[in-house]
Amino acid sequence: MSDFLINVENVLQALSAGILLGGIYGLMCVGLGIIFGVMRVINFAQGDLMMIGMYCAFYLFSAAGLGTVLGPEVGAIVAALLTGPIMYAFGLVLHRFLISRVTGVRVASLEGEGHYAQLILTLGMALVLSNGGLLLFGSTPVSVRSSLSSSAWELGPLVGDYVSIFVNKARGIALLVSLAVAAGLYVFINRSRLGKSLKAAADNPEAAIYMGIDVDKAHRMAFGIGTAITAIAGGLVATYYPFQPYVGLEFVIVMYAGVVLGGLGSIIGAFWGGMIIGLVQQLATLVLPTQLQNTAVFVVFLLVVFLRPQGLFGVNVTRA
Amino acid sequence: MTHQSETPPAEVARGASRRKSMRSWLLPLLGFTVVYLALVALVRNQYYQLMLTLVPVWATLGISWNILSGYSGLVSFGHAAFFGLGAYTLTILFVFFGITPWVGVFAAGGVGALAGLVIGYPTFRLRGHYFALSMLAYPLALLYVFEWLGLQEVSLPMRRDAPVAFMQFSDNRIYTLIALCIMIAALLASLRIERSRFGMSLLAIKQNEIAAEAAGINTFTWKLRAIVVSGLIAGMIGGFYAVVLLVVTPQTVFGMLTSAQALIMALFGGVGSAWGPVVGAAVLIPLTEILHAELGDKIPGIQGVVLGAAIIMTILYAPEGILWRVRDLLRKRQAGVADRQIGDGKASGTVTVEPDAARRAPPADAPTLLDVQGLAKSFGGLKAVQDVSFSVREGEILGIIGPNGAGKTTLFNLLNGVISPDTGRITFQGESIFGLSANAICSRGIGRTFQVVRPFPRLTVLENVVIGAFVATDNDDDAYAQARKALARVGMERDEGLLAGGLTTKQLRLLELARALAGNPKLLLLDETLAGLGSDAVEEMLAVIRNVAAEGATVVIIEHTMHAMVRLADRFVVLDHGTVLAEGAPEEVTRNPNVIEAYLGKKWSAHARA
Repeated sequence: MSDFLINVENVLQALSAGILLGGIYGLMCVGLGIIFGVMRVINFAQGDLMMIGMYCAFYLFSAAGLGTVLGPEVGAIVAALLTGPIMYAFGLVLHRFLISRVTGVRVASLEGEGHYAQLILTLGMALVLSNGGLLLFGSTPVSVRSSLSSSAWELGPLVGDYVSIFVNKARGIALLVSLAVAAGLYVFINRSRLGKSLKAAADNPEAAIYMGIDVDKAHRMAFGIGTAITAIAGGLVATYYPFQPYVGLEFVIVMYAGVVLGGLGSIIGAFWGGMIIGLVQQLATLVLPTQLQNTAVFVVFLLVVFLRPQGLFGVNVTRA
Repeated sequence: MTHQSETPPAEVARGASRRKSMRSWLLPLLGFTVVYLALVALVRNQYYQLMLTLVPVWATLGISWNILSGYSGLVSFGHAAFFGLGAYTLTILFVFFGITPWVGVFAAGGVGALAGLVIGYPTFRLRGHYFALSMLAYPLALLYVFEWLGLQEVSLPMRRDAPVAFMQFSDNRIYTLIALCIMIAALLASLRIERSRFGMSLLAIKQNEIAAEAAGINTFTWKLRAIVVSGLIAGMIGGFYAVVLLVVTPQTVFGMLTSAQALIMALFGGVGSAWGPVVGAAVLIPLTEILHAELGDKIPGIQGVVLGAAIIMTILYAPEGILWRVRDLLRKRQAGVADRQIGDGKASGTVTVEPDAARRAPPADAPTLLDVQGLAKSFGGLKAVQDVSFSVREGEILGIIGPNGAGKTTLFNLLNGVISPDTGRITFQGESIFGLSANAICSRGIGRTFQVVRPFPRLTVLENVVIGAFVATDNDDDAYAQARKALARVGMERDEGLLAGGLTTKQLRLLELARALAGNPKLLLLDETLAGLGSDAVEEMLAVIRNVAAEGATVVIIEHTMHAMVRLADRFVVLDHGTVLAEGAPEEVTRNPNVIEAYLGKKWSAHARA
């Protein structure tokens, strides 16, 4: 195989890895994007909520026996999807007892409209969740193992006789499920009444209030749905990625980068933001040492934000 | 104080209250230091000695964070960038160049300050959440760079030949003392900022950036200064942290948790107050360390859960931090008396005016103060202002009138630099001010008020006004004197202690007027100052404006109701759909059929012609 073909193969392989990763990042970002868009609350615990979702999927798969009843392949996916409703309920509880007390109308009079209180509250939540996870689940990495995570599909040959892409089956399926969930959410948001009110609230929270949208309800739903979506993404990651209770920290940064890239308030933008992060992370390995792939992500992130401060899909609403 | 004898009584009172306020912060500082030193002397356990060193270390990082984020409201999630660069600066200088940490600590501060400049310059383009989240990127990008450079784990070498010269002591308590010194220096810097125009300007930025700009505050410069000071302090303490730990890894100094630590100390203790981070660190660091030592190895994770739960509970009870909560409780206890003293309900803004006697309209050949030629601004397809030309004569009151949406406020925004015009010429006192920033235009002598009032709600009336006075003088005491004078000119001198957040519409309008006056402007732009006022209040406001004009200021006032304006303005410029429809004396303009048509529609203009 010539050098050229090797290069082509490397690029294609990095591209496919980027899309596989980006699709999952995209789903996580959508979850955060809903919460951030509607509530304008920076939730540091989002990564740890995802971690809880991952363990939730893990125990559904192993302890609850989904893996044996449905078989490891189907079981892993069903476990990830079932995590959604469970974490939705968890999200509602968190919102009811903690988040709602530092958001919305009641904090409008506080310094910085309560942003400071929200920041430190969610930092406290992140501490409790990640260390509570350590307490409950132990520090040994686990994952939802099936034969899928160690086998691959071959796509191709695409160029010449030898250049083809190998797609890890677990990652491939995770991508497809992630796209399906994102598409389902897209339909929900654009078709249903509740979805439309969430979209309106994310686009312009203040105007939404004037249009008679129940803010408290919108916040509650947003927090629940956002938690659920991110948790499903976590459940999917769990099918191929060994994790431990501190895994949230790795992902929360990716999520915020994706949401800001996409543009605050744009739920679809958040998906593409996540996709870009995945692509940059993988494509960077072609030209940079592996250690610098995350540096590349942050540099691209900063460049985009400087050139287009409202994000790729956001609208500039600053007024004099 | 050579001019002590000339100081007016109010100034003497203020000087006294300042000295009193100096005592009010010096005492707690001394008390804290004494108690802390006693603790340091008593504690023998090595582990607790380390803890005593870590309290001032994290308090200092919290103070550094607070100087930028607590005062200016620009929340930084990336203070680990400065901290980590400081730590690595000291370490690299020591390990590779043999330079002592005594020098290294200052070099670390220098690098931190430089990093503040380099990071702040581009990042201040962003606001709100975008700024906060972008700050995340810096330390994390650096973290991987340092790993890639092969600096994963660098140890400081032991220098047994000359330990003291290399900041190495067998007695751990000396580290505590050094940390305490750095913390006190940072605390003093923070207190000084809090009490000067530096801090006031940052507070103004936090509460309303556009109003701060229009009041002559160079918001960009102040923000940059804040991040440089903040970076300097964070860099120094980061460098010192390396000395304490002896080993530096990218994770410990650039990691997300280090940035979070800065936030937690300040937010838990009390955001926007110099003492807040100290309180936060004094409570949380011992709590964390004791939990860690007592429970951490038996039940891993429990210490984090307890700490997190403690933070959550505290913040639900004290959303702005412990310090503010305590202050509010103390205030509540004293409130009974104080409330009755301040704001006893007596009407404010009652100005005694000799009606119109003092002022006469300037002659038609008075020199031109402001000249506008062919000014235009479009927003996308909307031509908000197109080809507007007019001039303002020195000493006159010019009314700009026009129906809603005529482009009046946009015109003001163009004139004072809140938005920059597309084309045209704006000449003020013979000098072009086209495209200058709002604060630059303010400092050339153009003050303005806003249609939707933009007070700084959490500052007192006097503080609101003094922010407008900074532009006119470099001396803070003079600024306060000018602010008091401006308040007297609008009849609000008795309300100086009230919080702006609780004022009535009339008081807010007067407050904004005073803030604009405090900078001694030659030209005042008043944007619908009469809007939303009852008829009595309108009369008062008219009197105040006439007085101000009589004292020599030139006034341009926007209004869409003709009624009151006819009695105020010497001349009118009528705007409609972004263009000048008519210009002239009130009686000419009000009879102009085009004007009547713009206001009342075709039918009425035909009626008026008949």
